[in-house]
Amino acid sequence: MPDLLLELFSEEIPARMQAKAREDLKSLVTNGLVEAGLTYASAGAFSTPRRLVLSVEGLSAQSPALKEERKGPRSDAPDAALEGFLRSTGLTRDQLELRDEKKGQVWFAVIEKPGRAAPEIVAEVVEQVIRSFPWPKSMRWGAGSLRWVRPLHSILCLLTDETGAEIVPLTVDGIAAGNTTEGHRFMSKGRFAVSSFDDCRAKLLKAHVVLDSAEREARIWHDATTAAFAQGLEVAEDKGLLAEVAGLVEWPVMLMGAIPERFLDLPPEVLQTSMKEHQKFFSVKNPRTGRIEKFVTVANRETADHGETVLKGNLKVLSARLSDAKFFWENDLRTVKTVGMEGMAAGLANVTFHNKLGSQADRIARIEALAREIAPLVGAPPDLAAEAARVAKADLQSAMVGEFPELQGTMGGYYARAAGLPEAVAAACKAHYSPLGPSDDVPTEPVSVAVALADKIDTLTGFWAIDEKPTGSKDPFALRRAALGVIRLLLGSGVRTGLIGTNAPIGKARDLHGIHETASGPSGADVNELLTFFHDRLKVFLRDQGIRHDIIDAVLAMPGNDDLTLLVKRAEALSAALKTEDGANLIQGFKRANNILTQAEEKDGVEYSFGADEKFAEGPEEKALFAALDRAEAAIVPAMKAEDFTAAMSAMAALRAPIDAFFTAVQINSDNPVIRRNRLNLLHRIRATCAQVADLTKIEG
Amino acid sequence: MTGSPRTPKSFQEILMRLQAYWAAQGCAVLQPYDMEVGAGTFHPGTTLRSLGSKPWAAAYVQPSRRPTDGRYGENPNRLQHYYQYQVLIKPSPPDLQALYLGSLEAIGIDMDLHDIRFVEDDWESPTLGAWGLGWEVWCDGMEVSQFTYFQQVGGHDCKPVSGELTYGLERLAMYVLGIDHVMDMPFNDPQSPIPLTYGDIFRQTEQEYSRWNFDQADTEMLFQHFRDAETECERILAAPVRDKAGRAIIMAHPAYDQCIKASHLFNLLDARGVISVTERQAYIGRVRALAKKCADAFVQTEAGGGNPVEAA
Repeated sequence: MPDLLLELFSEEIPARMQAKAREDLKSLVTNGLVEAGLTYASAGAFSTPRRLVLSVEGLSAQSPALKEERKGPRSDAPDAALEGFLRSTGLTRDQLELRDEKKGQVWFAVIEKPGRAAPEIVAEVVEQVIRSFPWPKSMRWGAGSLRWVRPLHSILCLLTDETGAEIVPLTVDGIAAGNTTEGHRFMSKGRFAVSSFDDCRAKLLKAHVVLDSAEREARIWHDATTAAFAQGLEVAEDKGLLAEVAGLVEWPVMLMGAIPERFLDLPPEVLQTSMKEHQKFFSVKNPRTGRIEKFVTVANRETADHGETVLKGNLKVLSARLSDAKFFWENDLRTVKTVGMEGMAAGLANVTFHNKLGSQADRIARIEALAREIAPLVGAPPDLAAEAARVAKADLQSAMVGEFPELQGTMGGYYARAAGLPEAVAAACKAHYSPLGPSDDVPTEPVSVAVALADKIDTLTGFWAIDEKPTGSKDPFALRRAALGVIRLLLGSGVRTGLIGTNAPIGKARDLHGIHETASGPSGADVNELLTFFHDRLKVFLRDQGIRHDIIDAVLAMPGNDDLTLLVKRAEALSAALKTEDGANLIQGFKRANNILTQAEEKDGVEYSFGADEKFAEGPEEKALFAALDRAEAAIVPAMKAEDFTAAMSAMAALRAPIDAFFTAVQINSDNPVIRRNRLNLLHRIRATCAQVADLTKIEG
Repeated sequence: MTGSPRTPKSFQEILMRLQAYWAAQGCAVLQPYDMEVGAGTFHPGTTLRSLGSKPWAAAYVQPSRRPTDGRYGENPNRLQHYYQYQVLIKPSPPDLQALYLGSLEAIGIDMDLHDIRFVEDDWESPTLGAWGLGWEVWCDGMEVSQFTYFQQVGGHDCKPVSGELTYGLERLAMYVLGIDHVMDMPFNDPQSPIPLTYGDIFRQTEQEYSRWNFDQADTEMLFQHFRDAETECERILAAPVRDKAGRAIIMAHPAYDQCIKASHLFNLLDARGVISVTERQAYIGRVRALAKKCADAFVQTEAGGGNPVEAA
């Protein structure tokens, strides 16, 4: 059972592409080998900036021999038929067999495909994988036509077993596979031969290359946190940055430096973003002051002066970058202190939001008007909500956000405070973008909620109106995220409002977008389609909370289904009710009643909604059901009115026993037509009573 | 590495060492192109010569102008006029990275003390219709060069591929010389009878040009010049003339000069703030259309590896 070692050695592979490249290399090569008839025990892939390495253990030495039989023409068929058969099989006439069959003698070809040796298969598979590798972007170089992520320099490809290592015979565009590789670009000299994966890994380590990115990450993190701990500091965790940095070095050397004093009063978000984006530095915090005071950079080598020159150089770049940041910060502060946030926002009239939805200033005016409408619903002072909406996006015109777009909102908060605006307004600058994802915190401060809702509802209504809806995996304007945001904001603050009525938020947003309701026109349909979009997002959201989609369908059928808070209360109560024994069994009884009734109504062509009369009731079970329905209705109507869904559900669930008893004791289809009619009318009462709570026909099972 | 040359003393020494180094590697050392350009890439020795099948190896200094980067000579790192050092070799040699690292050693960067990294940075020039893959090269966290394998120029696939190296000379020299403000950098040897700093030579020009670029340039005139350059470029390319042998005389270079002019005029208008966000894309598109037509013309010429007789 040989082991396979493959190394593709190239110029520097972008850090962000390495993880997927490792996975692709592993799956493409092993799939190719398996398709060609080989088996293997295990496989692992590794990467550094300059190499992709694959190790496959326990590969079969050859693929199994295959025997294939093919039936040809009869012996008395015309010559042309036999010639065609010979061509298709690649055999000659004397290699065929004549066999006796019922209808006469028939030519048979027995084709034996001998097993193929692993080296031959590996060579084919590896060449195929190299030529079709799914890099996000690939390139040509020199005068060749091969494509790779950056110029490919050498291929190491070995099959190793007890008897030794064998180079796989493979040449791709003039690059012949060998058994040598090289170490670190600066800390190692020349090429060396390897005999197996373990040997390769060990020799690379000696040549200052840590092959495994996870090990490089671990080293960096260990060294950084140890150094920080020794000084009573903490490294800000950043997994994405760690992976990126580990993808930039073969021999990580951690260096820690201090941020010059004159930059320490910059907002920590600015320091962290600037250091990360421009220089891939980790931020080091002082837990006592809460300030970022130091940084960690990771060099790719040890140097003669133990990193002194490297650190000095990095510090010089840091100072230049932070000088820029400080300049932006001070300029922006001067702007808001002289002309205010609204002065800073002035230029947004010239910035297009979307060519069919106007400028950013147009958009902000709509959000402001809408936030004013929404404010009373969420308990925010309308003037404050309007002011917050007016300034919340002003920082898009600031120099700092121009440089670091990811600081939008954060900078707005700082600038609004500097401009002396109320705290609720300043907080809304950042919070109105939230929630950004399913796990992001939801703002609860009323002004922030009002602006956040207004912003998202304006976006959804606008893009819906210009027919830019999400399709499949495409959602370029993040409308699903916006809808989920609206849902989480409404539920988080328990906001009670319908969404689509004329005076409801979406209705108002449509007015602001100049969309006019027509009785049957497409824009009239749109609003219900948008509501359905909300309902679909709500189903996904509630599914994650453990509420089944059929339960939501059952409550969607009830009036007022554009009030999402109400909808969820109903769904939660129904979900809880169905988890009780009575609730689960009620569904069976309800369905039985409903099925019998529906069939009878179809057969008789009438609707049995005349009301049942207790005087025709026979026996105690039937009388008990009348009494139970009276009790249930008496409880359900006020409970529904008071939105006490739990009480309504339990009143409904209490019908279970009387319904079960009724069905056990009573035959609906009585010979007496009066009694039959009365019982069908009674079943209708069951349906009508339950329908006040939820549409149980939608419940599955 | 042993035998690192001594640290250079001046900006011009670094420049001369680069010239000597790349001359020793067999490059034709060209002179700057005699027009206003935004980057060394605009020199026809790169843009046009990266097209077609003929081998090419050139290195040169290119004074470059980026009107929007002017800071009246006050910013330690930003200038509206600066120097790029440019190397273009076609086809890209397999040891181009090693050759590049050799050039850093030649200007006094000791490989035993510094951390050199190749960090992904794909290059694209919307105005030239060009793109390539490569890196920005970091020395101790500072970007010192752009390293690109050209894939397309003027809408044409580069076959073979050229390797392009671009050094931002001021920034690199400031790092090597340990200078914090560009205007303080010694231009010639500080021990010379008349020592001159970068500021002695360029502080006043930066002030004058910043004023003109941002506030004074006559925008009506610039718009007119843009239209003139565009019109002339198209006219030249649309009217080829034949010589006695029946060969088309394609005037790719004169046309490309007009394209360079249009590009720089656009940059000036941009600095004056008279081009709106939406118009911006349209102007870039117009320059790209010219660049593409020039590239189409060049690949039909002899230098572009074409056959001028057939091109008729």
